[in-house]
Amino acid sequence: MNELAIKDLLYKLADDQLILGHRNSEWTGFGPILEEDIAFSSMAQDKIGHSLAFYTLLQELGEAEPDTVAFTRNANQFHNSQLVELPNGEYDFSLIRHFLYDNAEIIRFEMLSQSSYEPIAKVAIKLKGEVKYHVLHANTWIKNLGASTEEAILRLQSSLNEALPYALGMFEQSTYEQELIDAGIYAGEEAVKAEWLKRIQAVIEKTELKLPDLASIEPKFGGRYGKHTEHLQPLLDEMAEVFKIDPTAEW
Amino acid sequence: MLTKENILTLLEEVKDPEIPVLSLVDLGVITGVEVTEDDHVTVNMTPTFAGCPAMDYMKKDVERTLEKHGISNYKVTMSFDKPWDSNKLSEKGRRQLKEFGLAPPPKYDLILDLDILEHVKCPYCDSENTDLRTPFGPTLCRSMHYCNNCKQMFEQFKPL
Repeated sequence: MNELAIKDLLYKLADDQLILGHRNSEWTGFGPILEEDIAFSSMAQDKIGHSLAFYTLLQELGEAEPDTVAFTRNANQFHNSQLVELPNGEYDFSLIRHFLYDNAEIIRFEMLSQSSYEPIAKVAIKLKGEVKYHVLHANTWIKNLGASTEEAILRLQSSLNEALPYALGMFEQSTYEQELIDAGIYAGEEAVKAEWLKRIQAVIEKTELKLPDLASIEPKFGGRYGKHTEHLQPLLDEMAEVFKIDPTAEW
Repeated sequence: MLTKENILTLLEEVKDPEIPVLSLVDLGVITGVEVTEDDHVTVNMTPTFAGCPAMDYMKKDVERTLEKHGISNYKVTMSFDKPWDSNKLSEKGRRQLKEFGLAPPPKYDLILDLDILEHVKCPYCDSENTDLRTPFGPTLCRSMHYCNNCKQMFEQFKPL
């Protein structure tokens, strides 16, 4: 089994969750209502816990320990999709991103729970139960707000249009794509994307929102191999600020 | 000569730091105890939620409890080998949660749908005329609900 292919897969899973976890945490104290403040804070905690589970698998494969991996790399060493690093914007953008991201994440976990690589399968079986709550949260709010006031619908539609090229960027293929599929480790990005599209369509159809023709959208690829927007490095600097004061401190 | 039963009895002392009436055994996070002939003790644990900050504390608490009872030859591990789900809460644990004011999670087929979250039984008045306010609460394992009968907010230890 190709260890490089597995590490590549683990890094993209872990980095997506760490970075989105950090973005979610930026809602702490700023949510539009208390329940949403708590929801984004809880999802932040979950996502960072999930990234730790994958960084731990990487450590078992010989990579550095999780804190070092999380806090000492520069932006060009991160494998997350550009979608998760974009600033939170207003609540409508954060909600749309959360909806587009978590509906893909749960499919990844469902598929990985069948992985032939047992350590990934064990983690995925555990995490998919937790991510159900994230999906439930996103879908409930999209259905409610997407069929509410004119302003809510306009804002969500505009955020949806803005986020979609980045959301499609989540499905950037690995250089080891076929190898992972052939080995039964991962069903691959095309399979995830096809199922994702069905699920987000099913929710969007219950609202006043319109899903643009995806074929006409140029996906924002590059994140999986270190090409990021200008927003990632400042996020990393902030995230690692305390760690870097004394990297040897025991917490 | 130690036995598995001895160790499980000792571990009854270790409580969930966020729900101090509930032991780790009743919570269902102790997934295995092994005692070898030369009294080496292995305790296997699994987290409730992967991001739960209390898990590390619980692991240390298990170690402290073993040491307090004179056991120095031990190993405590944490893994996803036998993943936790809320059906693993014992009947005693469920009663303790309710007495503590937290609605216990319903036993379910592990397929989470909205129905099992919508009308959770109120831990104070047992009414099912309740609404889900948010699937997230003050800790990762709790959701928040409102009882239309006794007009109070309550929390549920949520099904996973």
